[in-house]
Amino acid sequence: MSRYSVFSLLRHAATGNRGWQRAWRAASPKASYDVVIIGGGGHGLATAFYLAENHGIRNVAVLEKGYIGGGNVGRNTTVIRSNYLLDGNTQFYEFSMKLWEGMSTALNFNVMFSQRGQLVTAHSADQLDTFTHRANVMRSNGIDAEILDREAVRKLVPYLDFSDTARFPIHGAIFQGRAGTARHDAVAWGYARAASGHGVDIIEGCEVTDFVRQGDRIIGVETTRGRIGAGRIGLAVAGHTSVLAQKAGLELPIESHLLQAFVTEPVKPLVDHVVAYGADHFYLSQSDKGGLVFGGNLDGYNSYAQRGNTGVLREVCEAAIALMPNISRLRLLRHWGGIMDMTPDASPIISLTPVDGLYLNGGWCYGGFKATPASGWCFAEMLATGETPALIRGYGLGRFRSGHMIDEAGAGPFAWLQ
Amino acid sequence: MLRIDCPCCGVRDHSEFRYGGDATAERPAHDNPDLDAWYRYVYVRANPKGLHREFWQHVLGCRQWLVVERDTVTHSIHSVSFSRRQRA
Ligand SMILES: Cc1cc2nc3c(=O)[nH]c(=O)nc-3n(C[C@H](O)[C@H](O)[C@H](O)COP(=O)(O)OP(=O)(O)OC[C@H]3O[C@@H](n4cnc5c(N)ncnc54)[C@H](O)[C@@H]3O)c2cc1C
Ligand SMILES: [Zn+2]
Repeated sequence: MSRYSVFSLLRHAATGNRGWQRAWRAASPKASYDVVIIGGGGHGLATAFYLAENHGIRNVAVLEKGYIGGGNVGRNTTVIRSNYLLDGNTQFYEFSMKLWEGMSTALNFNVMFSQRGQLVTAHSADQLDTFTHRANVMRSNGIDAEILDREAVRKLVPYLDFSDTARFPIHGAIFQGRAGTARHDAVAWGYARAASGHGVDIIEGCEVTDFVRQGDRIIGVETTRGRIGAGRIGLAVAGHTSVLAQKAGLELPIESHLLQAFVTEPVKPLVDHVVAYGADHFYLSQSDKGGLVFGGNLDGYNSYAQRGNTGVLREVCEAAIALMPNISRLRLLRHWGGIMDMTPDASPIISLTPVDGLYLNGGWCYGGFKATPASGWCFAEMLATGETPALIRGYGLGRFRSGHMIDEAGAGPFAWLQ
Repeated sequence: MLRIDCPCCGVRDHSEFRYGGDATAERPAHDNPDLDAWYRYVYVRANPKGLHREFWQHVLGCRQWLVVERDTVTHSIHSVSFSRRQRA
């Protein structure tokens, strides 16, 4: 696979851009692999890449029922941050942030990682206190964080509602300068290309329909393209974890829920950062094409339908206008939905399972895009060694039995409140 | 918008209701010392892709808790009944 560079760009430009190769090989399934990864989303592809890159395991297949990038990796609002409070999350998401900072170079693919900074507004003195606590925890873990007072916020983002009539006046904000966004499709394409370059087979249009067992052990999968044997199997299917786990006889603490995203018509550069509204669940950023990209709450009930509900559309737009009254006349261009695994504590599950040969990577709730590189890195290590890496010890399935939840939202065991 | 046919109030938009989750999970007896039974009740979910029996409360209406059978793929609602009649 030829490397992308300024020179390759110039060379192809001079020859009419007719010589570009496919970004990754179109592979057909072999009879068996050392490792089969189910799900060609960001997490599955990253896992395959790190299996090859970090562990030298290259006899690997990624099986994707649709096409690469068609799942949540291409449906999210691309926010990347590491401003977590609780032990386990704090270190994991910062490790991920460091991988993001080197990703374009590591993959030889421009994922357009833009560290534009993220701020979360505080709307009471109490809220600013809890943000200060969080900032202190972050800083003691070596993560950048700043607390801004009202005037500092106004200087940074003057277009928010600072008027006397604001429903929830802004008291201040917590700011992480290294947070930002990345081009989400490019993340899938970059990992797919780099993994394929290492010999990984990326097989699109290949749905896993069942597991093949030998005694208590799972030794392969049935797919729409035939039976494929596997030494080890990694499950990374985002919102469909329950559906497949059930076929393996595994019961999980997961519900599937729908989250929507929204994009307005393009406007001139207006929003330089990622802004999250502390008075409601709402956040926005501006894409490179000029559209305002935003999102809010889950639709709030179990769903496998990849389309959203108008009730949430209205609520999210109300929050948008409460925070930024000046965008009230903008037209909404598109909105769509993605199905996500919601866990009872909003933290992921990267875990060994009681089923021999089956490894689980799921439960990403709505913050899993930012986790893509760290998730792939750790899951690859788990698949390669059969052990749980230290960084993800908190994400085991056993935590719900032992009471060691990592519940950032503090919402209790209600998936739709997380 | 889902439209839920409340047996007390008639057809209403689901925004009048509060979701209450899986209606098939059985609460263990209060003095049941079996941790596994409690774990399963509190955390484990069948999470079907298809028909789902779930609780909704009509908070902006009669305030009754209902059991709704809904398809999680098509959102079509197959039945609605009072939850207090569900258990013998
Ligand atoms: C609207 C929305 C906004 C979001 N915003 C953010 C954000 O701003 N920041 C953030 O960090 N996170 C965000 N997320 C969450 C994030 O997108 C997900 O947690 C993450 O992308 C999930 O991992 P993935 O990329 O591997 O999933 P996916 O890309 O969904 O990959 C899973 C793949 O598995 C495949 N699959 C399923 N079943 C089978 C089968 N039987 N056989 C073969 N293949 C199968 C699917 O087709 C899919 O391609 C958002 C999510 C949504 C929906
Ligand atoms: Zn009613």
